[in-house]
Amino acid sequence: MVHAVTEFAIETKGLTRNFGSFCALDHLNLQIPSQCIFGLLGPNGAGKTTLIKMLTTLLAPSSGAATVAGFDVVSQPVEVRRRIGYVPQMLSADGALTAIENLTLSASLYGLRGAVRKQRIDDALQFSGLMAAADHLVKTYSGGMIRRLEIAQATLHQPEILVLDEPTIGLDPVARRTVWDRLKALKASTGMTILITTHDMEEADFLCDELAILHQGQLGVIGAPAMLKQQIGPEATLSDVFVAHSGVTLEEGGHYSDIRLTRGTAKRLG
Amino acid sequence: MQNRYVYSTLAIANTEIRKLMRDPTELFSRAVQPVLWLAIFGQVFSRVKGIPIGGLAYLDFMAPGILAQSILFTSIFYGIAIIWERDMGIVHKLLVTPAPRVTLVLGKALAAGARGLVQAIVVYLVAIALHIGIRWDLDAMLCVAAAVFLGACIFSTFSLMIACLVKTREKFMGIGQVLTMPLFFASNAIYPIEIMPHWLKLIAIMNPLTYLVDVLRHFMITGGHSNYPVVISFGVMVTVFLVLLGVASRLYPGLVR
Repeated sequence: MVHAVTEFAIETKGLTRNFGSFCALDHLNLQIPSQCIFGLLGPNGAGKTTLIKMLTTLLAPSSGAATVAGFDVVSQPVEVRRRIGYVPQMLSADGALTAIENLTLSASLYGLRGAVRKQRIDDALQFSGLMAAADHLVKTYSGGMIRRLEIAQATLHQPEILVLDEPTIGLDPVARRTVWDRLKALKASTGMTILITTHDMEEADFLCDELAILHQGQLGVIGAPAMLKQQIGPEATLSDVFVAHSGVTLEEGGHYSDIRLTRGTAKRLG
Repeated sequence: MQNRYVYSTLAIANTEIRKLMRDPTELFSRAVQPVLWLAIFGQVFSRVKGIPIGGLAYLDFMAPGILAQSILFTSIFYGIAIIWERDMGIVHKLLVTPAPRVTLVLGKALAAGARGLVQAIVVYLVAIALHIGIRWDLDAMLCVAAAVFLGACIFSTFSLMIACLVKTREKFMGIGQVLTMPLFFASNAIYPIEIMPHWLKLIAIMNPLTYLVDVLRHFMITGGHSNYPVVISFGVMVTVFLVLLGVASRLYPGLVR
């Protein structure tokens, strides 16, 4: 596999996406350094999901450009897909299949076969602590186990960049912690760049080396959590940073469809 | 390069078939409708002597039509699973892999084909119970299998295409209901094309179900004969499938936008 030599894992230049007359993402210039855990924050409708969809090649930009692992998302989508792993916000492991079957499908679609595939699946099950339940149907899993399986599915092909959309939404505190540990361990052992979106300030504070707050499709602020807090004041929390840069209080914002989606995910996980 | 297409198609098909095998109840509940059509509608219409069906018993004439119908009715709702998978994020995950789009659609079509074969077995069992004159020679049965497989591929891919266009379950159910009966009645499934009014004949000739029934009528029952050369019917079905596959592969990524 050709590794593009690049300082930034992800770079966008004037990235814009319109839906009719609505501008979901407005000339975004963003640079995400390699080998860090990067958080995308912002109220509902700020453009996080639109950005993630464009970076994962699911949605074409209206204008501007983005490179992921050194490849252009529009002209080289297959090269981008080979180098990223993606865990959607929704519960995307198939409940009608076992963990091994879910992993086998992902591995096959990433072109892994034979002994390599078997080895990677074994390693992934071991690493995720799912070996004992490997042959159980995923619909019998707890929410935390499903998320761990999904992360395993998204990393079988050893991507350079792992993208997670609200990875711990709907999880109880213990499950949430195991997912965080998994992500930290992944970064430490592989040097993978991890991009997450989250609404959870504790999660952003605990996990992220750097974060960006989006507001109405534009970049509000970018920096390391400690630095951003310091800019606000000595006692400031990340919530204060969020309020200062997103222009809304935490209780405001959100649309019916966002909430329905989030609750739906939470219900299935619960 | 070609291997990538084959492996990824088979990976999808394999996964879908495993899911089907895990839930066989649906296969059997799908058997209810053919039983009703053959045992009730068929028995009554057997008494009508005015339908020109070339000396066949009416039940024998309609059995291939009912097999085709059961393939159509099951496959046409295949798209609902795609919408459900979209809502679950499964489609997002598949589309982020480097697997060629066409293989994601083709794999599902092949799985639908496999399900069609199991349905054919169920309809054969019903046909045996009703003493319908089945052709048991191997060549004929292989041709039935090929036609059933292809028919299921066509209608499941058509269904997937519709799902990609309407995107919601509610709309899809409505459209599915609206499509199935016209496709069924505007075909040669339960009466010959010759007795149709001219306008309906034109629709029937453009309906892929007609060609499926025509092939089945030739190979499934003793004394049955086809209106069109078998090669033409298979040719039409393969062409229709390839066109649908092309269109559906283009539309599929639009599901997640």
